[in-house]
Amino acid sequence: MNIQKTATFKAGDYKSDLTPVWCPGCGDFHVLLSVTKALAELGTPPENVAVISGIGCSSRIPAYTNCYGFHGVHGRSLALGAGLKVARPDLTVMVMSGDGDGFSIGGNHFLHACRRNIDMTYIVMDNRVYGMTKGQPSPTTEPDWDSALSPGGTGLSPFHPLVIALASGANFVAREFSGDIKGSTRTIVEAVRHPGFSFVEILSPCVTFRPDEREWKNQTHAAAVEATDDPARAARRIMTDDGFNVGILYRGHRKPYETHVKDTAGDPAVLEEEFAI
Amino acid sequence: MTGDAATRLIETAGELLAHAYQMELEAQERYGYLADQMQMHNNVDLTKLFRELARVEGIHASGILEQMKDMQVPQIRPPDYKWSGGESPEVVDMGDMHYMMSPRQALLLALKAEQSAFEFFDYLLKSTDNQEIRHFAAEFAEEEQEHVELVLRELKKYPESDEPAREDMDPPTQQE
Repeated sequence: MNIQKTATFKAGDYKSDLTPVWCPGCGDFHVLLSVTKALAELGTPPENVAVISGIGCSSRIPAYTNCYGFHGVHGRSLALGAGLKVARPDLTVMVMSGDGDGFSIGGNHFLHACRRNIDMTYIVMDNRVYGMTKGQPSPTTEPDWDSALSPGGTGLSPFHPLVIALASGANFVAREFSGDIKGSTRTIVEAVRHPGFSFVEILSPCVTFRPDEREWKNQTHAAAVEATDDPARAARRIMTDDGFNVGILYRGHRKPYETHVKDTAGDPAVLEEEFAI
Repeated sequence: MTGDAATRLIETAGELLAHAYQMELEAQERYGYLADQMQMHNNVDLTKLFRELARVEGIHASGILEQMKDMQVPQIRPPDYKWSGGESPEVVDMGDMHYMMSPRQALLLALKAEQSAFEFFDYLLKSTDNQEIRHFAAEFAEEEQEHVELVLRELKKYPESDEPAREDMDPPTQQE
């Protein structure tokens, strides 16, 4: 057999031995697959990747990867990720969250992470419900979603993550659907490669509390327009968005935040000096 | 998966073998994941079923690897495989799973995956004049057809008329 070796890693190299406890049919399985495929495509060794999360079904993901990980506190995944990236700029930092963790409890961190534009990738698995705590409406839930816990719906306008990301200064803004593994993988690869803060919302159905979201595979569609580097044009597009356009919306050129911390990778003595009292 | 993409772009027998091998590996891996999911939800019957399907796919992957020994086989990067859907045609869509899935529903998903794999090779067989590609495509199509028949035989054990109602006595949204 004559096989020419070109690839270094396979998606399976980034998976841990733990079996996910997500519900069968959950979109988060697809996201895990897309993330591992993207990392294989990027060719970054697992030990050079840190997957940081908060709390919720989606935030279990660091345990299912073979990378370094931190399953943090509720809504604080971006603070943890930012701190790590500033201290260790050599690492690929991927912060993973859900719509409750990321946009409600961690909403304030989201705004400022976009503004600071630290070079990391933020993936939010948006299922428009708090799944882990059994089905409460989240910031992205439709106002008329009728359920046992929100009879008649909340009546509240949903949070629009892409608009907020764009307005707050994120350097890369995209939406994908979890079931489109090829599209999600490609976008995650681009998001990681793009300098600065990259935000990717992945519509990821909660088949247990939102079985209606199984229809997303028929509702999502490729955006009719190409990505732009003009924030004003991106804003106009997103304001007329139906919520199911997928693809990259915006690639900006804003300079990422630069850490002034010395590269201390592999040298604890340098770190000790910085913290010496 | 539509066969046309494969027909247009698969140009050598080595490339076909690389695709066939990857297809079996992905199917084996996916059935393994589905077995894990069912095991996590204590569905013993479906755990066994998906483990068995994974085992069968693994045997076929080994067989293809053996055939690749004396061939020039290109190493293909994952995004460069020629299936149009981003995943091999033989994998079950994880989005179609359900925690209360019955054996019949699971077998119907497997049937869809096996039929897609058959169509991939069958279309290739009917659309190319390359004799070497035709040889392998015919062999793989026949194997996939055997898988289809295997699943159809299993399905006879679970007729639609005996299908239990999908009823959860403690549904997840009832917590008051």
